[in-house]
Amino acid sequence: MALYENRKRANAIWLGLCYASVVFGLTFLVLILITLFWNGFSGLSLKVFTQSTPAPDSEGGLLNAIVGSLIITILGVLIGTPLGILAGTYMAEYGRNSKLASVVRFINDILLSAPSIVVGLFVYQVMVTRMGHFSGIAGAVALAVIVIPIVVRTTENMLLLVPGSLREAASALGLPRSTVVQRIAYKAAQAGLITGVLLAIARVSGETAPLLFTALNNQFFSTDLNAPMASLPSIIFQFAMSPYKGWQSLAWTGALLITLTVLGLSILARTLSSQGRTR
Amino acid sequence: MADIAVKSGRVIDEAAARARVLTGFKFRDTAFRWLTLSAAVIVLLLLGGVIATLINGSIPAFKAFGFRFLFTNVWNPATGQYGAPAAVYGTVITSIIAMVIAVPIGLGVAIFLTELCPHALRRPIGTAIELLAGIPSIIYGLWGLFVLAPFLQQHVQPLLIGLFAKVPVFNILFAGPPYGIGLLTAGLILAIMVIPFVSAVSRDVFDTVPPLLKEAGYGNGFTTWEVISNIVIPYTRVGVLGGVMLGLGRALGETMAVTFVIGNADVIPTSLMAPGTTISAAIANEFTEAVDELYTSSLIELGLILFVITFVVLSISRLMLMRLERQAGR
Repeated sequence: MALYENRKRANAIWLGLCYASVVFGLTFLVLILITLFWNGFSGLSLKVFTQSTPAPDSEGGLLNAIVGSLIITILGVLIGTPLGILAGTYMAEYGRNSKLASVVRFINDILLSAPSIVVGLFVYQVMVTRMGHFSGIAGAVALAVIVIPIVVRTTENMLLLVPGSLREAASALGLPRSTVVQRIAYKAAQAGLITGVLLAIARVSGETAPLLFTALNNQFFSTDLNAPMASLPSIIFQFAMSPYKGWQSLAWTGALLITLTVLGLSILARTLSSQGRTR
Repeated sequence: MADIAVKSGRVIDEAAARARVLTGFKFRDTAFRWLTLSAAVIVLLLLGGVIATLINGSIPAFKAFGFRFLFTNVWNPATGQYGAPAAVYGTVITSIIAMVIAVPIGLGVAIFLTELCPHALRRPIGTAIELLAGIPSIIYGLWGLFVLAPFLQQHVQPLLIGLFAKVPVFNILFAGPPYGIGLLTAGLILAIMVIPFVSAVSRDVFDTVPPLLKEAGYGNGFTTWEVISNIVIPYTRVGVLGGVMLGLGRALGETMAVTFVIGNADVIPTSLMAPGTTISAAIANEFTEAVDELYTSSLIELGLILFVITFVVLSISRLMLMRLERQAGR
């Protein structure tokens, strides 16, 4: 009977620890969100969207950073997405079981979780040192390098879900392979492909490390791609580390804006992909 | 009949048009295939390019210091002497702290989600954890700097110092004034960031256990914990390890969250509460200040070391996860 009691006790203790770990994990995560919203909303005003970043101890907003972030992110996604989709297409449609596809798959997975600061160093040497100065376009390229593996992964997975019979039906009608892929497979996997792109946007919109020495930062409003460009993450980094209260408060507001964007995009991506699955 | 049809001009035109369309199809087919193939090759070249530029960039530092760079603990921009040990030490220690905290908790969360959680709560809690894994690291850094570090400084660290003051070994690990920022804080922040990763991967892996196996365990009178420890975990061992390694790779390369709270001191502190530095934090902080070639090159060589470490860890992780996928496909 003692053995039975011991087993019961061990069960209760270990399962109790599991519950405790959930409480521990969720507490921290909820705490982070609460402080973020608390500190972020208090600094939120119309000025944030209409004025550029201020000098210390004066009033201002985040307009240049918001615009810069939008430009760099959109450009990065525009560069990275077509490449990612095409590479994913090769792996799912043409080289499904080939040696090349499995090597690319492996390398892609490594790139997917490679430290983003290393990507920054890469683009710094390839672009910034060649051009001689930091620039918005270098920042966009750095983000594109991060976008590519995400899009490749989702494209491949989503195309693999498209039933082969659909492709066979189209081929039987005499359509060439490229049309089958472009008109039938892409169409069937549409929701999944969009999900991949949304996830990629969500991921890069908060990236800071690769921007630090590619796009650098800019205290003034600028849309010149050939010049240093402000972005929300790098402004947050600079302002949070500064001793000025006004800057710190703007950093929290910027953090709130990024988090809302990221959460919104992730939720959108989730609803899209779950719709695609039930259909 | 056929001869007549072919001889009449209209049909010949049609046949030619048909041939033209087919050639067009063929051309477009080949072009598209090559386009996708070259995109796939670009992905390969990307990794090759990253490695090549890192090696190329670190040549000046390698010429100046050779392998001493790895073993000489010095980082002095004023005299132009650089060495990696302090940054590597910080990277490894903070990642170890992170994994020691995150792995049991992440596994606990995964077990909760797959075995214990009521069905109605499973999706919302799972979704919440996945969303939290997507929050940018700079947010964690901001929170760590303004909320966690002051809290640790005022409440936790004095307690730890007092508690371990008379215990050998620990009195060195937990010594010194409570700064708030330092290796311990960085490790804790990393742990919070890695928990969602470990739990998300482990949850997916736990879901691959055939219900039949678990039912057999329960049928033999196992308790829930016995089913988990004797059936679920052994069955998913490889996948769980893969997930843990994936989290470790993330912790090793994480930049912004650490840069905020590590303290950026280029030393190897004996105390876990003292400020230190990591590879990524050193690069993030010093790269734009680095004026001469040797300084920049030394930072790039640090980046190369980081990439090699994470490459090895991530490769092991991927190979493990791939083995599991093959197993599941069988």
